[in-house]
Amino acid sequence: MSSSTTDVVVTGLGATTPLGADVASTWDALLAGRSGVSRITDEWVQEFPAQLVARLATDPSEQIDRVRARRLDRSQQVAVIAAEQAWAESGAAHAGVAPERIAVVFGTGIGGALTLLGQDDVLEAKGPKRVSPFTIPMLMPNGPAAAVGLAIGARGGVHAPVSACASGAEAIRWGLDLLRFDRADIVLVGGAEACVHPLPMAGFAAMRAMSTRNDEPERASRPFDKGRDGFVLGEGAAALVLERADSAAARGARVHARLAGAGATADGYDLVAPHPEGEGAGRAITAALRDAGLSATDVGHVNAHATSTPVGDTAEAAAIRSSLGEHVMVSATKSQTGHLLGAAGALESVFTILALREQIVPATANLDDPDDDANVQSLDIVRQEPRKASLTAAVNDSFGFGGHNIALVFTTA
Amino acid sequence: MSSTQEIQSGLAEILEEVAGVSPADATPEKSFTDDLDVDSLSMVEIATAVEDKFGVAIPDDQLANIKTVGDAISFIEKNQ
Repeated sequence: MSSSTTDVVVTGLGATTPLGADVASTWDALLAGRSGVSRITDEWVQEFPAQLVARLATDPSEQIDRVRARRLDRSQQVAVIAAEQAWAESGAAHAGVAPERIAVVFGTGIGGALTLLGQDDVLEAKGPKRVSPFTIPMLMPNGPAAAVGLAIGARGGVHAPVSACASGAEAIRWGLDLLRFDRADIVLVGGAEACVHPLPMAGFAAMRAMSTRNDEPERASRPFDKGRDGFVLGEGAAALVLERADSAAARGARVHARLAGAGATADGYDLVAPHPEGEGAGRAITAALRDAGLSATDVGHVNAHATSTPVGDTAEAAAIRSSLGEHVMVSATKSQTGHLLGAAGALESVFTILALREQIVPATANLDDPDDDANVQSLDIVRQEPRKASLTAAVNDSFGFGGHNIALVFTTA
Repeated sequence: MSSTQEIQSGLAEILEEVAGVSPADATPEKSFTDDLDVDSLSMVEIATAVEDKFGVAIPDDQLANIKTVGDAISFIEKNQ
């Protein structure tokens, strides 16, 4: 089918993250090796085994009008901030595209948890009449997508994939399809997450999924390292503007990279544990390559999902090795950003695009002693310093509880 | 008991907090929806804040009749 070969390009990027309030400051901090992780000092954390978090570098209240912020959950606030950056940078608002041809796909892992839990406190303390009339629109998981759609005036469809920590990547995958199938002319895609609160922290800790290296916050997220003991919860959002290459060229838009292909699979193995050999993950990467019309040898870099959990990182190492081989330069940027859950795939796609554009591969922090696992040992994981490279294609992969696997292939502009 | 002036300024504070309405714009003839751009969910928030601040109860059927700032001031004056 001819439409499946339509070239799709990235013309705008936006982010607000634990490393910076925009893409440029986030990228600079990433390359400089800075960490976004700190220890929570609030009183409630005292009994918690895992006390670390990667908070936003800049609070949304500094980037968004107070009255507007009042009716947006924090996850929606960061979504809007990242989306408006990407939208402004792309110049798409001035492209003369009808609102009916502009779509949004914006994912979140958990949605408006802070609103849900905060309003439950109100309910318990003051009764049902004092619960905010904005509770439902602020907690619904399509809230970030809806808020972004309103912010940019998109009327060509607003969609909200929910696949845990693969949500942000899945949004990008659906954006690609919308453009290939001519459902829209411009699609703003991304992911958002903001759920730093005792309940999610307790839930993840109960799964033994979080790092308890409380005394060394900046050293806690250590993907592929022998001493890794879990992820660090992060918050933030990232957004990308996608459009077809011919229309981007016609309006003279700056093209950061090409979104060449996507693959989506399910493990069909366990609700939360990844397949130990990364079978579904490897299949997603292979599917994305096939979709892009590329072979494994074309790919020079992988921004890995690598959350710093004991089982997840080795499963992914197996998937990367089996699907791409041992030549690719691997980066695990969660070592500095923490794990942004439903925003992770979007943020790491931004990093993958910047690696291609700038021809430099970020380092993996805290990888002092790589795991003895044969697959980890076989990989070329970039560490200590970013590495200059000559890249034509790069992969970002993301996985979520539920066995969701998404791989995206980007190529140079 | 609050004076009409106190009610108007108290209401203006609520409107600024909830909906970002400038206090200078919160004059009696203004319609919440048509002039001040206050949507239906924000009206519910404003009503709750008014109940707390002035010690009145605003039943839902009465809230529907409060169209302007002046309507709200009269309601509070009559019911406080």
